[in-house]
Amino acid sequence: MMEIGLTHFLVVGALVFLAGMFCVLTRRNAIGILMGVELILNSANINYLAFSRYSSMSYDGHLFAIFVIMLAAAEAAIGLAIVLGIYQTFHTIDVEATDTLRL
Amino acid sequence: MTEISLFPIVFYALAAVTVVSALGVAFSNNIFYSAIALMGTLLGAAGLYVMLAADFVAVVQIFVYVGGILVLTLFAINLTSRIGDVSISNRSLGRFPAFVALALSGGVMVRAIREASWNMVEVREAVPTINGIGNAFLTEYILPFELASLVLLAALVGAVVLSRKELRD
Repeated sequence: MMEIGLTHFLVVGALVFLAGMFCVLTRRNAIGILMGVELILNSANINYLAFSRYSSMSYDGHLFAIFVIMLAAAEAAIGLAIVLGIYQTFHTIDVEATDTLRL
Repeated sequence: MTEISLFPIVFYALAAVTVVSALGVAFSNNIFYSAIALMGTLLGAAGLYVMLAADFVAVVQIFVYVGGILVLTLFAINLTSRIGDVSISNRSLGRFPAFVALALSGGVMVRAIREASWNMVEVREAVPTINGIGNAFLTEYILPFELASLVLLAALVGAVVLSRKELRD
């Protein structure tokens, strides 16, 4: 069996990224779009850690991954608060129906 | 690398969990099932982090993503979706353009992965990373580390302001 190396992890990261991108492009539910963004951020983290393991001698990749997770938490809190605000105003979270800035 | 013949099996199992759940997130018609599949992706990714000798990041991933963000997402789904319209949440404005964009970016990625030549180093022994991460955070990365706390505080206050009705009016 072929030895597991950097390429294998990069392929996994690419597949997760493509799934997240498809999710963002086709969803109409705002929460679905946010979940696609989470997938994309995770694929970036897989790449950071793979490069940190296989082509670097420092912990910089780990630190970047932690910052990505931190920003993802902030993004999820704000994004979902905005989605709930949209729901209270429009009574739907379909991103095609919410096309006005104010009522 | 003779002592880790289990490594490829575990890797392929975790990679399969991660990728299949990611596809479930993207293709499921029910937004609630998507959220559950997202949990599979996040846990599989945490396993992959462990295989990459990133123990601390894997634990942070489980705490923050699975314990925090995913629960928040499930709350938001339950607060916003009515039973009637969960199943049409995936009605796309065009799957064909999405597949075209996917093919284009996927082609670029395949080309990059196959043809780029990266700086490769000898794989180190897997050691605990917390010492190194803590030292880096408090020396070289002290400014981003402190800014991160400000960002989180701003996000906290912003989320409260956005979701409280009496504060918005």
